Amino acid sequence: MITIRRFLQFVLSKRSETILPIVLILCASQFAFAQIAVKGETIWTMAGENITNGVVLIGANGKIEAVGPASQIKIPSGYKVLSAKVVTPGLIDAHSVIGLSGYLNQPHDQMQVDLSAAIQPELRAIDAYNPEEKLIEWVRQYGVTTLHTGHAPAALVSGQTMIAKTFGKTIDEVTVVPTAMIAVTLGQAGLAPQGKSPGTRAKAAAMLRAELIKAQNYGKKGDEPRDLRQEIWKKVLNREIPLLVTAHKAHDIMTALRIAKEFNIRIVLDGASEAYLLIDEIKSAGVPVIIHPTMYRAGGETANLSMETASKLKAAGITVALQSGYETYVPKTRVVLFEAAIAAANGLSTRDALATITIDAAKILGIADRVGSIEVGKDGDLALYDGDPFEYTSHCVGTIVNGKIASDVVR
Amino acid sequence: MRKLRVRKFFAFLSWLLLTVSVVAQEKPTAFVNAKIIPIVGQAIEKGVLLIQNGKIVAVGDVKSVKIPSDAQVFDVSGKVIMPGLVDTHSHIGEVSGADSSSPIQPDVRVLDSINVRASSIRRAQAGGITTVNVMPGSGHLNSGQTLYLKLRSSNPSKIEDLLIYNEDGSIAGGMKFANGTNSLRTGGGNFPGTRAKSAALMREQLIKAQEYREKIRKAGEDKSKLPPRDLMMEALVEVLEGKRIVHFHTHRHDDIITVLRLQKEFGFRVVLHHVSEAWKVADEIAKAKVPSSIIVVDSPGGKLETMDVSMTNGAALERVGALVGFHTDDYITDSRLFLRSAALAVRNGMSREKALYAMTMAGAIMLDLDKRVGSLEVGKDADFIILSGDPLSVYTKVLQTWVEGKKVFDRNDPKDYLIAVGGYGASNDRHIHLDCFEELGGEGDK
Repeated sequence: MITIRRFLQFVLSKRSETILPIVLILCASQFAFAQIAVKGETIWTMAGENITNGVVLIGANGKIEAVGPASQIKIPSGYKVLSAKVVTPGLIDAHSVIGLSGYLNQPHDQMQVDLSAAIQPELRAIDAYNPEEKLIEWVRQYGVTTLHTGHAPAALVSGQTMIAKTFGKTIDEVTVVPTAMIAVTLGQAGLAPQGKSPGTRAKAAAMLRAELIKAQNYGKKGDEPRDLRQEIWKKVLNREIPLLVTAHKAHDIMTALRIAKEFNIRIVLDGASEAYLLIDEIKSAGVPVIIHPTMYRAGGETANLSMETASKLKAAGITVALQSGYETYVPKTRVVLFEAAIAAANGLSTRDALATITIDAAKILGIADRVGSIEVGKDGDLALYDGDPFEYTSHCVGTIVNGKIASDVVR
Repeated sequence: MRKLRVRKFFAFLSWLLLTVSVVAQEKPTAFVNAKIIPIVGQAIEKGVLLIQNGKIVAVGDVKSVKIPSDAQVFDVSGKVIMPGLVDTHSHIGEVSGADSSSPIQPDVRVLDSINVRASSIRRAQAGGITTVNVMPGSGHLNSGQTLYLKLRSSNPSKIEDLLIYNEDGSIAGGMKFANGTNSLRTGGGNFPGTRAKSAALMREQLIKAQEYREKIRKAGEDKSKLPPRDLMMEALVEVLEGKRIVHFHTHRHDDIITVLRLQKEFGFRVVLHHVSEAWKVADEIAKAKVPSSIIVVDSPGGKLETMDVSMTNGAALERVGALVGFHTDDYITDSRLFLRSAALAVRNGMSREKALYAMTMAGAIMLDLDKRVGSLEVGKDADFIILSGDPLSVYTKVLQTWVEGKKVFDRNDPKDYLIAVGGYGASNDRHIHLDCFEELGGEGDK
């Protein structure tokens, strides 16, 4: 593919005055998708060692072209040059509801759960996600470039989740994975309103198992009519799509592992306040964990949560990510940069804390080939800071999504 | 004669007892070599904090403060000491107030509702909070009387263990008012449905209180002419007299201005709370010389009237010279991370000095307790925290919390550590120690 830059070089090489106006027009249009060079005093690539005084080049296709020490990388002319003290991969929020849930908290912007039925895996997040939601802009200004978002942990099976970039106008422009996981909630938060099923934990598990058994039988007769729900369950049974199982209490976590084993399906544990009680079980099941926000409120099912859970699980070799989570009130979204910072202050190394919101989050979401680290060929998603990204008084000074400057405010 | 002798003997005995009680004061305790941020006065790079009998006896440079020979000395090199934090608005202790039966309930006291064994009180101590204004909620125009507490015990058995008394012997506390949408109820009844109705209901009650006060004034010494006792009116008279500061929940710019208008009409003393849109009306707040207690939350919204909340409120109010404090609004933000609020305000333009002043001295002023707490000055209560480093760093830990010369939190104690970071049982009511059984069983504390 011939880049605009190469084309310009070609045109310029002709040195003909007659084509100068054309060159100028092309130069002007070039800024719409300018190539970007980001210089960083420290670059956390999250793929190998940090680079001191490094450069990241992002091409016109929005992908990373080069990364390395400034001494070894020449910034081509025409590149827009940005500088920052610290550069990290664009941050990944491993579990959110924003885009479906809006900041006004009014009925019209709360699309994260439909309570008409307990089990609705056919509800697609892409049919509800609002890319222009204010909260998306908010987290983008703190370096978040990728969101795993969708239906909330507020019903037994509330619907699908999706993965989106945080910058872009239409759903098609921002979508990375249209159906990422199916949101399942065990424990109190997954029970139905009074008088409806599931009304108990045991009933919830029975309903989920019956549903999966029904799906196992779907299609066996051959000429059955299309069934949106069964089609999506098939993908779960085929291990194409994992269940995102929100479970805080230890016994709910065990239920999740038990059902995953029974049906040989993939699951990702979510929330998992008491995961530190079941480290061996989670590890031997090979299940990754998207831990509750570090600053999540302790109370009810989360009464026993700890700021040290991320560090304890990480130390045991379990893949962990952090999340902004689901808030029904204030703050309407949390910010993963802040949550990872508190984890970094409570046992995780800076690198491991950063991994929970970059490369390890990407691995759990199955998108590590595209995002999560600064490597040649990956998406041009970067976050820029004026100091230690986790320090309270540092600022995120820029966010780049797919090679475009998505935020240049100082947060 | 004999009688006189006996009398003399008893007089001598009581004199002796008195003298002994005076002499038998606690030995002084010295914390040496820490960086001391006294809030009032310059920071001391290598300082001494000397305390005795719950009060600060001396604070200064290691070279200038003489440490008594009988003092217990703690070397806290590399650590930072600052005054205990003052949280001007919190809901710890499972507090409750008014009950939805009517929108204005000044007779209700949170004093009568607090569970001192609640883990939230221990979490506040873990966050370095030593003085706290415990408030009822904002679902009423007036949800009751607030309570100023000193978290002076890690093991309180009753609310009385934490109370602060005013000079006249009354229990220190304020009054909670609210405007905006939280106290509106569309269902009708006796609750307001609009902002104008809210203001009218408030004014109506305050005018009644003025009349009640006038009746008392007119009665003078003649008790027969006193109006019958009315708990609601008595509490509102305290508001009108300035004995009880109004803590006014308010978010939107126009609601803030409404508070200032009511304050001007009735002359009560007021602290603006939350003030989400303070940045829009900072000049007006400064002009009214009314203090603001702000909250720092991680994102805007949650309800319509907080869509424009800004982390720059601290900086905006500092710029115009208004008095700024902070609050946790615990459970909204976590008491253990109270210092984070100041740090995020600094991230958004507030000066470090004013932010730390806001966490301590400014809060003390807002609770009328600035003569006792809020700074490390000789004669003030020995309320202070020992930090592992810079108060505004995410990596800094509250290592110890001291109130009136007693240590109420120690991160090195496993039970306190559990409170500080969370974990199994951390949110339970404070454990009741059955010491005899524990000694016998050994595992009694599990």
